[in-house]
Amino acid sequence: MNLLRLSWRMLLREWRAGELHALTFALLIAVGGVTAVGFFTDRVNQALTTEASQLLAADLVLAADHEVSGVFLSEARRRGMTPVRILTFPSMVLSATGSQLAEIKAVAPGYPLRGELRIQSPQGERNAEGIPEPGTVWLDQRLLAQLQIAPGDSLELGAARFRVGAVLSFEPDRGGDMFSIAPRLMMNAQDLPATALIQPGSRVSYRTLLAGTPREIAAFRAWAAPRLSRGEKLEGVSDGRPEIRSALERGGKFLNLAALTSLILAAVAIVLSARRFLERHLDGCAVMRCTGASQSQVFRLYLYQFLCLGVLASLAGCLLGYGAQWVLARQLGGLIAASLPAPSWLPLAYGLLTGLATLLGFALPFLQRLKRVPPLWVLRRELGRPQRLNLAGFAAGVAALLAMLLWQAGEIRLGLYVLAGLAAVVVGALLLTHALIWLLAPLRRGVGVTWRYGLASLVRRRHASASQVVALGLGLTALLLLTLVRGDLLHSWQSTLPLHAPNRFVINIQPDQVQPLQSFLASRGMASAALFPMVRGRLLAINGRAVSAADYEEDRTRRLVEREFNLSWAEQLQGDNQIVAGRWWGKNHAATAQWSVEEGIARNLGIRLGDKLTYQVAGQSFSATVTSLRKVDWDSFHVNFFVIATPALLQGYPASYITAFYLPAGDEALLDGMVKAFPNLTVIDVAALMNQVRAMMERIVSTVEFVFLFTLAAGLMALYAAIAATREERMVEAAVMRTLGASGRQLLLSQLAEFILIGLLAGIVSALAATGLGYALATRVFHLPYQLNPWLWVAALAAGVLGVTLAGWLGTRGVLHQPPLQTLGQLG
Amino acid sequence: MQASRLSRQVPAGDGVLTILHGLELEIASGDSVAILGASGSGKSTLLGLLAGLDLPTSGEVHINGVNLFALDEDGRAALRGRLIGFVFQSFQLLPALTALENVMLPLELAGAASAREMALTVLHRVGLGERLHHYPKHLSGGEQQRVAIARAFATQPKLLLADEPTGNLDSATGARIIDLLFELNREQGTTLVLVTHDAELAARCGRRLRLVDGHLVESS
Repeated sequence: MNLLRLSWRMLLREWRAGELHALTFALLIAVGGVTAVGFFTDRVNQALTTEASQLLAADLVLAADHEVSGVFLSEARRRGMTPVRILTFPSMVLSATGSQLAEIKAVAPGYPLRGELRIQSPQGERNAEGIPEPGTVWLDQRLLAQLQIAPGDSLELGAARFRVGAVLSFEPDRGGDMFSIAPRLMMNAQDLPATALIQPGSRVSYRTLLAGTPREIAAFRAWAAPRLSRGEKLEGVSDGRPEIRSALERGGKFLNLAALTSLILAAVAIVLSARRFLERHLDGCAVMRCTGASQSQVFRLYLYQFLCLGVLASLAGCLLGYGAQWVLARQLGGLIAASLPAPSWLPLAYGLLTGLATLLGFALPFLQRLKRVPPLWVLRRELGRPQRLNLAGFAAGVAALLAMLLWQAGEIRLGLYVLAGLAAVVVGALLLTHALIWLLAPLRRGVGVTWRYGLASLVRRRHASASQVVALGLGLTALLLLTLVRGDLLHSWQSTLPLHAPNRFVINIQPDQVQPLQSFLASRGMASAALFPMVRGRLLAINGRAVSAADYEEDRTRRLVEREFNLSWAEQLQGDNQIVAGRWWGKNHAATAQWSVEEGIARNLGIRLGDKLTYQVAGQSFSATVTSLRKVDWDSFHVNFFVIATPALLQGYPASYITAFYLPAGDEALLDGMVKAFPNLTVIDVAALMNQVRAMMERIVSTVEFVFLFTLAAGLMALYAAIAATREERMVEAAVMRTLGASGRQLLLSQLAEFILIGLLAGIVSALAATGLGYALATRVFHLPYQLNPWLWVAALAAGVLGVTLAGWLGTRGVLHQPPLQTLGQLG
Repeated sequence: MQASRLSRQVPAGDGVLTILHGLELEIASGDSVAILGASGSGKSTLLGLLAGLDLPTSGEVHINGVNLFALDEDGRAALRGRLIGFVFQSFQLLPALTALENVMLPLELAGAASAREMALTVLHRVGLGERLHHYPKHLSGGEQQRVAIARAFATQPKLLLADEPTGNLDSATGARIIDLLFELNREQGTTLVLVTHDAELAARCGRRLRLVDGHLVESS
């Protein structure tokens, strides 16, 4: 107990001396980063598990892309449950000022079965009692703003007029903003027929909500599961929104790995600080040994200090993390669930464990060296100097970091990839830095005294310099990638888009509207807009063998198999299509039965030329042979189809039409006129859609940036620790230079010269790394031309120089203002 | 060089410890003076004050008629660059610089045009013509001190201050260093002030002063 108290007193003294600041703050920041992500993912996980019913607005949902058989409803009623049906589909909404695409949700009384709807009234936000009255609709704030209307105003939806009854502020099952990018309009299902919006080819999602005791639900589920037909599925509480869960898992994994990089940099700061701690405590330790302290006493004395420090710094880090998770929740929370529950205590334990494991893993080796100092050290310095620690000495710490990395990655392969990537970047950056230093070294003969001194110091401390360059360089690379490189890639993609590429898609055009719409467009100078027929069909079999989602590994392909395809027919091959195998049927064979398939999807589904495809359309199935494979230029933004048939094959089935055209900015009034004349049409504004997607990306990216700020801060701490470790050396050197007649300016410049050089190197390393990664992403992943951005270099060099110079100046400014003998006296 | 009423006190425990006590000292140009005294008597403190490396509690030091403590830190540094050379007991070479660069340093700081040539000359003079590009850690103690002496003499100072220049060397090496110091002193006509424990070394100086209780006493 005495030893513990002594340790505590000594820790306070060390703290006042400023010995352990860099180590503590690095640990605090890293634990902060790790727990911020931990708290956030914990909250989302809780939302997904404990409040899953709310996210479904029910205990069980039967979801389908068509009207489900009444058998399910009557069976549910028979079992004492009250099913509630909701439909969602996109449609245009018209107000006096304009038109807007919205996500319509038609609900029946009883909705939501779980959770509450909330509406905004002049008196404030409150729980809604019931659903919109017939004849009224509720709009979310975004849609109100876009239509420039307010509660009480009226609007048109399809063939019907409605009054805006309230502002919809919260739907329990809205979660996954992520997946519905249009604003919301909620209506009473009774009004649906009056709108005449549900027609063949409309994209409608049908959901039947059920609630009951777990037993009832389980029983119904067991009864219903074998009776599901294609395109129908049951979503239960335990399925917990699989699409959100997998997005969360991937996102959480990525954020966690990003946060762990700050832990690695904290480890660097710990090693640097602990090494200095060892050097400075050799004497004291040897004296304690001389006066009778055992090795174990000495060891425990220091161990307790570090344990106290570790616990305190980690707790402070958890506090920081708890504060920081609000930022993450604000940025991303709304995308996943409308409201998040408070976090549990679990991330706190994780933060403490992480902090202590990292601190002890990397500081213990030094403490063990310290305890082994022989008492003779007091007399004979050359005896018993501890050997330098090599990587093997940190086996425990490295193993702890590795374990955390693998754990967070969740799978060995990803963990190893991340590890190999990090190792490659670090080793590459180290080699590059050493090469650059080697190239710079000869320059010292040709420069003035201050630069020569800066260069000479850089070369002499080259191992320390290299670790500083890498620590800062890694943080900078991450930020450059997320800012400049991301902007470049986006710009590069936009510049590949053809000028005047179609920016409006119009869907839901009924066959009897084809002629009137064509004349409408022609009368307004849009004669060239072609209308394409679209038939919804399901792929049943390839060469007679039934197609099942389970046959495919890729998620996208599975979804494709599960849902209905948009099929089309044509006589002529479209201009931006190119036959890569087989032959196009042409006018003369239009009366035969043939398929033409896009090559990419053919590859994914395993379809080859000559295969027989069986499709089901409107309850009838039929087959034909694939006679050509096409290559499609999707970037042209023209209307295109994966699967096209000869006219003879599809013409007899219910179809709707689609068209796309370029609408110059300022001509939006044309659309309002069109929607007024043809209220059932749905206009998709590609630019608005892309802005929506981009805004979402921005939110995700800024979250990642936020996590990487912890990495950068930990990098700066490592940098500060490295500079602090050489502070005394620098002070002695400065005092000697003072003795030799150096002015304050010369001293400052010679110190700054070294920091500027380190900053330049960090800038070069990060600019090269960001350029290389940007090039790889552009050419390998996105298949875009890569353009070198000179600003990336300017930003990297400026940030590097500013960062190091600032940290260096803060770390050494005392050097300049002290009479030299006082410095030498204090230190010598 | 003239020091008058020079006092230096340092805080010690609850009170103050007076190291120098209104000390008076005058050294004529070209003299060689040894300052002797027991450990802790304040010899090194005095030497530091004479070089303007530290500030006195009160009193003045004039060198060539200039009051050192009327100048600021930069002014004193510039004056040292022009007039004063300093040799430390622990050599204090800059580890990042080669022997040649260490000797060039004060010349370059003072803006000398032919720093390299001047440094080469003096390094050859101290017998290190073969070790120009070695770093301090690759030189023996005696060699390091010779570099330090070359560095001190490179600017051809009027006044050379040496703080126990042989304190960290064995006696044979120390003797050679002392010979070198006195030879250069003779050649350049420098005023030499050295602090030492070594009676033999002190005997070679023109004057010997003993520091007792903060006062200087002329000794025979």
